[in-house]
Amino acid sequence: MPLVTFDDVAKTYRSMQGDDYGAVEHFSVDIEAGEFFCLLGPSGCGKTTVLKMLAGFEAPSAGQILMDGEAVGGASRDRAVVFQGDDSLYGWLTALENVEFGLRMRRVPKAERRERAMRYLELVGLDGQGRKYPAELSGGMKQRIQIARVLANEPKMLLMDEPFAALDAQTRALMQEELARIWRTTRTTVLFITHDIDEAVTLGSRIGVMRAGPRSQVKGLIDVELNGARDRTDDAFMRCYRQVHAMIRDEVAAAGRRG
Amino acid sequence: MATAGTDTPRADAARGRVAGRGPGVARRLAGDYGGYALGFASLFALWQLASLYLVSSVLFPPPTVVFKKALALVGNGVLLEHVVASLRRILAGFVAGSLLGIPIGLVMGSFRPARKLLEPYTEFLRFIPSVAMITVAVIWFGIGEASKIFLIIYTTIFIVILNTAAGVAAIAPNKVRAAQSLGATRGQIFLHVALPATVPYILTGMRLAMANSFTTIVAAELIAANDGLGKMLWDGRLFMLVDEIFVSLVALGLLGFAADRLFRWSIYTFAGKYSPTT
Repeated sequence: MPLVTFDDVAKTYRSMQGDDYGAVEHFSVDIEAGEFFCLLGPSGCGKTTVLKMLAGFEAPSAGQILMDGEAVGGASRDRAVVFQGDDSLYGWLTALENVEFGLRMRRVPKAERRERAMRYLELVGLDGQGRKYPAELSGGMKQRIQIARVLANEPKMLLMDEPFAALDAQTRALMQEELARIWRTTRTTVLFITHDIDEAVTLGSRIGVMRAGPRSQVKGLIDVELNGARDRTDDAFMRCYRQVHAMIRDEVAAAGRRG
Repeated sequence: MATAGTDTPRADAARGRVAGRGPGVARRLAGDYGGYALGFASLFALWQLASLYLVSSVLFPPPTVVFKKALALVGNGVLLEHVVASLRRILAGFVAGSLLGIPIGLVMGSFRPARKLLEPYTEFLRFIPSVAMITVAVIWFGIGEASKIFLIIYTTIFIVILNTAAGVAAIAPNKVRAAQSLGATRGQIFLHVALPATVPYILTGMRLAMANSFTTIVAAELIAANDGLGKMLWDGRLFMLVDEIFVSLVALGLLGFAADRLFRWSIYTFAGKYSPTT
C-alpha cells in the first residue's frame, strides 16, 4: 500500500467576483514510503494547492486523500511542512528553541528535547548557531532551521513547498546538496514542490509533472534512475533532464499564454 | 514571557551591531538625551518668560514659584500622597483592564464566532467616553476607590482588546500552520504562537490605554475623591491656590511622560523579536 494516495482529487476556489476557479481536477497519484517525490509544474498549476491539501490546511472539493489508508482531515504532526518563506519561524525563539518547538508541544522532557534538537541542528549544519535568533541568520540558515525543526519532530513525511525558491543561486545549490545528503541519511518520505527541472532531477527519486492550470492534473511520472550524489554534467543526469524537459515544455508554454 | 526580560540584552546587542556604524555610544547618548534636556529646558524657559513679561499675573505663576511650591509640598508629603493616590488607582485599573483585555482580544482575534459575539460590546462601548461614565460609576460604586478603578478598567480594556485582536489578525498564517503540522493543539497555538506574536500590538494598546488612564483619573478625581492629583486641582480652584494647581499639572505631565517612556522603551526592546509577521 502506498503511504499517500491522491484519489481523483479536485479543488475549486471561489473568487471574490463569485466565479469558480478549478485549481486541480481528477488529480491522482500515489507516493510510496521512502520516496523523494518531486511535484514539478509551471507556475500557477496548483502545485501548492496539492501540498496544502495533503498538509491538511485545505480540504479537497472532491475526491479523497489517504495516508496509511486513512483520509486526511486537518493538519497533523505526521506531515511536517517546510514553507517557502521564513515567516513560519518564531522570531521570539532562538534557532534551538524553534527546532524544539514540536517536541515542547508534545511535552518531551527538556533534557531529551534539547539533545534531539542539537542533533538535528548539527545534521543541517547549524551547530554552534543554536543561540541565535532567526533575524540574526541568513536566508539559507533560516531554511536550515525549518528543515531541522520538522526533522526533529520525526514526522512520517516531509512536505516542502519550494523551500529554496527565495534563496540566491549559490545558496540554493548548496542547500539542495545538503537536503540530498540529509535525505540519504534519514530516508524520510518527501513531497517536494518545485518549478525548477534542475532541482527536481537533482533531488527527486521520482518526478511527477503537472499540466498547466486551471483544472490541472499529473501529466506523467518519471523515475529518476540516479543514485547517491548527482552530477549535473553526468550523461544520465542530462538524459533525465531532457526527458522531463520534453514533458513539461508544452505546459510551460501553455501557462505562459494564460498568465 | 518570563524569559523575555533576561533575553533583551542579546536582542539589543544584535541591534547594536547594525546601529554601531553611527557615532560613538557617548555621542549617541548625548544626541538622544541632550536634545531632550534642551527641549525641556526651553519649555520651562519659555514658560518663565511668558509668565514674567507676557501675562504677568498671579493666575499664571512662573516655574520658579511652582517649583518652590512643589518642593514645599514634597517636603510635607502632601504631593507624594496625592501622586500615590492617583497612581495606585491608575495602576490597579490599568493592570486589571489589561489582564482582562489581552485574553479577550486574543480570543476575539483567534475565533470568528467569539469576534461576532463580542464585537457589538466593544464597538458600542468604546464610543462612550469614560468621562461620561463617571456619573454611572459614582452611582454604582460610590465615591470610593471602586468607582475610580472601574473607570480606569473601562478606559483601558477596549483599546487593549482592539489592539490585541488586530495583532492576532496580523499573524502570518504560516506561523499557525507550522505549529499545527508540528502537532500543537489549539490551546498551545493560542499560548505559544498567538500571544508572543502579538506582544508589540498589546504593548501599543497598553501605551494608548495608559494615556487614557491619566485623562480619566483626573476627571474622576475632580468630581469625586478625597485625594489624588485631580482632587488637588479641584481644591486649588476652590481655594484659589493657583501654585498648587500648577504643581498638580506639572506632576501629571511628568508622570504621564515617564509612563509613556517606559512603554516606548519596552516596545522598542521587544519589537526586535516579537513580531506577528517576521
